[in-house]
Amino acid sequence: MSGHGVEDGHAVAKEHAPADGPRTATGGRIDRSRALNFSFDGRSYSGYAGDTLASALLANDVHLMARSFKYHRPRGVLAAGPEEPNALVTVRRDDRRYTPNLRATQVELYEGLEAHSQNRWPGLAFDVGAINDLIAPFIPAGFYYKTFMWPRRAWRDVYEPRIRAAAGLGRAPTEPDPDRYAARYAHCDVLVVGAGPAGLAAAAAAAGTGARVILCDEQAELGGSLLAESPHGPSRVDGRAPHEWLAHTLATLAGSPHVRLLTRTTAFGYFPHNILGLNERLTDHLAEPDPELPRERQWQVRAREVVLAAGAIERPLVFPGNDRPGIMLAGAARTWLNRYGVRAGRRAVVVSAVDEAYTAAIELQQSGVFVAAIADVRPRESACAELARAAGIPVFPGATVLGTQGRRRVEAIELGQLHAGELGMRFLQSCDLVLMTGGFTPSVHLYSQSRGKLRWDEPLQSFLPDTPAERVRCAGACRGIFALAAAITDGAEAGVAAAREATDPARRGVCPSGGQVRQVAPSSRQAVADPALADPTLAARRVGNTLPRPKEARGRAFVDWQNDVTTKDLELATREGFRSIEHVKRYTTTGMATDQGKTSNLNALGIVARTLGKSPPQVGLTTFRMPYTPVSFGAFAGPARGELFDPVRTTAMHEWAAAHGAVFEDVGMWKRARYFPRGEEDMHTAVARECRAVRSHCGIFDASTLGKIEVVGKDAVTFMNRLYVNAWDRLAVGRARYGVLLRDDGFVYDDGVVARLAEDRFHVTTTTGGAARVLALMEDYLQTEWSDLSVWLTSTTEQWAVIAVQGPNARRVLADLVNIDITTAAMPHMSVASGRICDVPMRLFRVSFTGELGFEVNVPADFGSSVWQAICSAGERQGITPYGTESMHVLRAEKGYLIVGQDTDGTVTPEDAGLAWAIGKNKPDFVGKRSLQRPAMQSTDRRHLVGLATRDPQVVLEEGAQVMEDERSPVPSRPLGHVTSSYHSAVLTRSIALGLIAGGRSRVGQTVYVPQHGVMVPAEVTAAVFYDPKGARLDA
Amino acid sequence: MLLIDCPYCGERPEPEFVYGGQAHIARPAQPADVSTESWTDFLYRRENTRGLHAERWRHTHGCGRFFNALRDTTTDHFLATYRVGEAPPVAKGKAS
Repeated sequence: MSGHGVEDGHAVAKEHAPADGPRTATGGRIDRSRALNFSFDGRSYSGYAGDTLASALLANDVHLMARSFKYHRPRGVLAAGPEEPNALVTVRRDDRRYTPNLRATQVELYEGLEAHSQNRWPGLAFDVGAINDLIAPFIPAGFYYKTFMWPRRAWRDVYEPRIRAAAGLGRAPTEPDPDRYAARYAHCDVLVVGAGPAGLAAAAAAAGTGARVILCDEQAELGGSLLAESPHGPSRVDGRAPHEWLAHTLATLAGSPHVRLLTRTTAFGYFPHNILGLNERLTDHLAEPDPELPRERQWQVRAREVVLAAGAIERPLVFPGNDRPGIMLAGAARTWLNRYGVRAGRRAVVVSAVDEAYTAAIELQQSGVFVAAIADVRPRESACAELARAAGIPVFPGATVLGTQGRRRVEAIELGQLHAGELGMRFLQSCDLVLMTGGFTPSVHLYSQSRGKLRWDEPLQSFLPDTPAERVRCAGACRGIFALAAAITDGAEAGVAAAREATDPARRGVCPSGGQVRQVAPSSRQAVADPALADPTLAARRVGNTLPRPKEARGRAFVDWQNDVTTKDLELATREGFRSIEHVKRYTTTGMATDQGKTSNLNALGIVARTLGKSPPQVGLTTFRMPYTPVSFGAFAGPARGELFDPVRTTAMHEWAAAHGAVFEDVGMWKRARYFPRGEEDMHTAVARECRAVRSHCGIFDASTLGKIEVVGKDAVTFMNRLYVNAWDRLAVGRARYGVLLRDDGFVYDDGVVARLAEDRFHVTTTTGGAARVLALMEDYLQTEWSDLSVWLTSTTEQWAVIAVQGPNARRVLADLVNIDITTAAMPHMSVASGRICDVPMRLFRVSFTGELGFEVNVPADFGSSVWQAICSAGERQGITPYGTESMHVLRAEKGYLIVGQDTDGTVTPEDAGLAWAIGKNKPDFVGKRSLQRPAMQSTDRRHLVGLATRDPQVVLEEGAQVMEDERSPVPSRPLGHVTSSYHSAVLTRSIALGLIAGGRSRVGQTVYVPQHGVMVPAEVTAAVFYDPKGARLDA
Repeated sequence: MLLIDCPYCGERPEPEFVYGGQAHIARPAQPADVSTESWTDFLYRRENTRGLHAERWRHTHGCGRFFNALRDTTTDHFLATYRVGEAPPVAKGKAS
């Protein structure tokens, strides 16, 4: 049946001569003097400057733009803005600049734009994936929770790889992002988000008070909903037509000195204390971007006051077959016509639950589209029906949709009329365009992110902003005020109020004080401004916008277009017992696609509410999360990429080490020389040579990264006694001792040599990784527990360069360079002295981490490099050899010196680690002492740090390997412990290892087994020292 | 990014600070005299407040001082910041 109306009583639509092509002859906000060429799926088309990819394709009568995610159904555009769920495309400049999942409605056209559709093979017109549409009954929501379970092996080899390949929409780029992204920060008095009528009014009003204003909008052009208004329409603001009011207001704003206008800038996130994230796109719309420009700017704006004028998103209707290309929102059709000069079809049917669609119908008809019918789903006729009939458009109240036809473009819609719930008349209307609208949903995304409370508004069937949690106001459609004049007034009021509060000298703090002002509810205002919305027939607009479905209806009714979720899926979820909207969302995936349910969440909520027999506010909304629309990863990274990703810390001797071939390793943010290979040496060979050199001659090592803290004050000793386990009052001035630091839970936290420089001055060293947290711990106790003590703490880690000189020749190397007596009598092992080296101030420690005669030369960091080189020269005759951290690890392990964080793991007590000797016996308290009293901390079964010597001396245990008691231990079994440190010792010509073993000290001599590479390696438990157990070499 | 009012430096952004856990947990003066249960509470037991929470912050990348704050954990609003050793201000009802 073609579109000549039906049986008696109904007017027949007058058919006009069809217009030529979709593009109108004049009109729209595009620049018809600048034609642009672009390609889509390899075919060339042309459009105009000001077009988007979507508007240009529609102008070329291309509606098929995508294939849906699951069923691969042919899809066109549903909307005209960022909420578009279907038309996702990939835009490609080159192999490195390649962005998938862009909405065609947001892609600005430029000369040479290359775009491709997604999720189809081999092509959009014929897609093999459409087979999913044929088997749809077998793959409803959540089907994958009930399938792919057998056989188990098939998961790894078949199911997962195939599902992975089929999943997703676009293909991700594989090359690194070559573009630059800038980071900006800004402060302002008033930030206005959204430059539609309300936002423009708010910004202008705020600027008028002299406040500093930032106004941002995601579109290239400011104006919001005004851009979709016809210049010939009847509405007026202050006597001006909308586009004139727009031009006037923009001119005012552009001329204001304290106003920053940001276009192509999306406010994507609202963070605590009024910080908003804005993403500004600078070059994606340009054919040849200036290489000097960053691609995007990421703003963090701290606003004293925020005005959200985010507008509203049109709500689709839910009826069978509502997803074919050519079926779109009525407001979108108006946008295509009035903003882009494109008629979205030749022959339209309008299905509507609100009055707004009548404007669309009449405007389209005036532009040359044949409007065959308006199917109004409300049972009673609206006042607008008269206008439509006068224009020659038949109106059918009480209508519903029984189905649609057409595969790659809608071809017909079957309408029916209901009388008292029964299907009466029905007819098939041929068409190539269906406009639908179920009203508008106020955009509360950013407001909700700010943790503002929402309330349900029954007449509007929407959630509206209620009590805010930050200094924010909402204005215009986003709080339910849709009429143009009312929205502008609302915006202006919000702008002035925000500006006043922002600049009020009595204002305190960034957070609202208790009782933040709730804005006047819109409904009371609405009743005056917009009689249409006080319409009692609004109640007939079903929750969920689902049209009645008589048994004669055919086809799936889509709720979430992007994830292919239908009404059946939502009903299935509730049947299967899901009650919480958060569960229904995840089970059906409604609202989880890249559009985050902008066109589907409220309808889904309505359907779930109806199915559960609850009201929408009882069911509630899912949580709103940033980003509002997708943001490039690069924008979040900003400049922190590559070399700038993390700071790099280097010592004063770094350049010398690099020049001498050192291989570096990362220790925290530090670069430390790991070994110094000579010629073709690998690490193993270099380390063997270095270790032998230290023990036979002399080695030189950069120990600058270890933490150093000066503890000074008349109560310094008391402080040290309360903190570390040792009895520091017994440490004489000029002497040093190995200190152990616990947490109050009794476990080893850090260690290091502590020297007493004076009665009231200690030089405390820490591990490299522990420097910052030991100082933090000290400050914590000093400031918050022991503020009675007169002590102050200074970090000197970076101030001193530390050069360790270790080996039997160490003294000979240094003797002529220093100006003090460093013989054993003057400087016994574990002592400290001040003096000069190479005429540079020096703090000299006689300490050893290698077990050989050793010194640590501390000089101000600026002299580190020159002093290091002087020592190297002086030591040449003594065979001085630079060594790195790898050799350092081996040498200390040969002596059984532990490394906190390697041989301890936060669960090791001093007793476990063999450090009980360090504890001061008569101290009434120190940090950790009380916990050591716990019976569990004294159990003999605890893991002790012991040595492990493999039966085959050339087998090296792996660090981290488990240690088992029984060679035939079944899998699984409880291990005795694990290997913490393990090396091949060149000096001892065998492997050595340390480990934490249950009851280890009583197992000395016992053989244990270490599973490694499928073999049980036998090893003997030994004391935790392998070289010079008596320490004679230290006293040289 | 929170804006935190350091009692010594004024309002500074969150990255300058390090969170310091629940406030007003005094270390027992004589730990040796304290029962295992009390000691365990001191080490591990913390409130998990929904609402006003007294907590410590340290201005690590600023003055380096610890201070206390009263923050509503549901809105992240700070009702007050006050110095170590001071008592928390009496909150007039819940923070909005």
